[in-house]
Amino acid sequence: MTAPTATVPGPATLDVDQVRADFPALHQEAHGHPLVYLDNAATTQKPLAVIEAVRTFYERDCSNVHRGVHLLSQRATVAYEQARTTIKNHIGAADSREIVFTRSTTEGINLVAASFVRPRLEAGDEVLISTMEHHSNIVPWQLLCQERGATLKVIPIDDQGDIVFEEYERLLTDRTKIVGVVHVSNALGTINPVREMIEVAHSRGVPVLIDGAQALPHLRVNVRELDCDFFVCSAHKAYGPTGIGALYGKREHLLEMVPYQGGGDMILSVSFEGTTFNEPPHRFEAGTPNIEGTIGFAAALKYIDDLGLDNIANHEKQLLNEATEKVLALPGVRLIGCAQRKASVLSFVMDRVHPHDIGTILDSEGVAVRAGHHCAQPVMARYGVSATVRASFAPYNTSQEIDALVAGLKKVREVFG
Amino acid sequence: MSDMRELYQEIILDHNKKPRNCYIMDCATRSADGHNPLCGDIVKVYLRIEDGVIEEISFQGHGCAICTASTSMMTESVKGKSVAEVREIFEGFHEMLTGVAEEQGLELGKLQVFEGVREYPVRVKCATLAWHTLNAAMGGDDESATTE
Repeated sequence: MTAPTATVPGPATLDVDQVRADFPALHQEAHGHPLVYLDNAATTQKPLAVIEAVRTFYERDCSNVHRGVHLLSQRATVAYEQARTTIKNHIGAADSREIVFTRSTTEGINLVAASFVRPRLEAGDEVLISTMEHHSNIVPWQLLCQERGATLKVIPIDDQGDIVFEEYERLLTDRTKIVGVVHVSNALGTINPVREMIEVAHSRGVPVLIDGAQALPHLRVNVRELDCDFFVCSAHKAYGPTGIGALYGKREHLLEMVPYQGGGDMILSVSFEGTTFNEPPHRFEAGTPNIEGTIGFAAALKYIDDLGLDNIANHEKQLLNEATEKVLALPGVRLIGCAQRKASVLSFVMDRVHPHDIGTILDSEGVAVRAGHHCAQPVMARYGVSATVRASFAPYNTSQEIDALVAGLKKVREVFG
Repeated sequence: MSDMRELYQEIILDHNKKPRNCYIMDCATRSADGHNPLCGDIVKVYLRIEDGVIEEISFQGHGCAICTASTSMMTESVKGKSVAEVREIFEGFHEMLTGVAEEQGLELGKLQVFEGVREYPVRVKCATLAWHTLNAAMGGDDESATTE
């Protein structure tokens, strides 16, 4: 561990000022007010460590990977493959060859749908997801089910925003070919009992994909302890660049899977009579990849490790508790999502004021939140709202920023009465 | 804060709170659905057009204050006008929100209160959704409009 040794006894805490100093984008004004960035569940800001890693690649090592015999290409290839190892270590995978680089969490899900589930999905089969999925973990399955004549089944959630576990067990049938479930809900903050869900699915012989997009920045993930078959995530929600993600797949699955896209780098040899495909993970990485993205991704995970996930989680929990209390104290506010275990996502609605109007008024005060359906329209429908306001917290957020949010919400009331 | 009062003027807040002509019209000759996929605003506009004149107009839907007030005020401003006149107002309204400020030609009366929205590019679609939907309704049977 490179984290500084704590000299103060008691639970380790973050030096928030130091963390803030690492993020250049935080130090600006928005509409004449200090920027208060509370839209971290959409994307996080990027620390200097990530920005500099990407910059260094372009200043020193810029070259293509897996091709050249020259020095720069070798350096680029080493950095690219080291990034794969960093991700493997961070999520506790056994083998770097189980990590496939993707563009995004979304692409990871599409890849599994196309290359793993599609060949084994027959008419009458079932795909099981939950009500709280992001559209990215709904639409790929819907398309596949339509194509194959299969059925998309949906696990209900209760009023608090928790999976109804008995219903989940009931919906797992001998026709279920895969379970796709979100680890941490982007719209509600719910942390799902994925380990237990995987255990039950496996006892019925059903593989499980975990959408880990929101888990990566908040939770210590260990894919071997979870025993998930697939885990998908992206860098940008965890302080890394946009446009790069990773798919973890158990080696035995990846070896069986057909290619996702054809092209360079995913082949061993090509002739017009036929092509021999490369081994995983390269089989699933057609074309020149987002090299600087992978390097930035690895730098982001190293940054998280340096801060310490436990420290991050403690700080975010304090912020969430404080924000929940202060926002709920305002008249006419209703929380959407009160699960037992929650990540630092505060989703709410206010009487008689549409979330978009709240978002605009908060923005005029320098407070950036998300207002809308959060690409989770079935969740909105479940709670009878068309949209919510969502404030989501990161290690660089402060108590003062929660006060700015609350002050902004009071201004909303002043305008709307 | 003063900026917010300029955006959310009293008349806008009033129409948001008490939308006019907000009902399902059974005898509509035309209707259209409007949808802003970005934010989920939904509006359905009903028309009873006789001899090229909008005799009756109503709407149903849900959206933000800008969207609701814009729809409500639109229904008041076009009632009794010919389709050709309404198209002209739509163009003027659209121009006010998206065009070059100096080129403001048409006198828009009460609709002028939406001028402040042009300072908020992401909200322009909230104000224009109803008009796009009305345009679709005037153009044919049960068409649908989208802001995208």
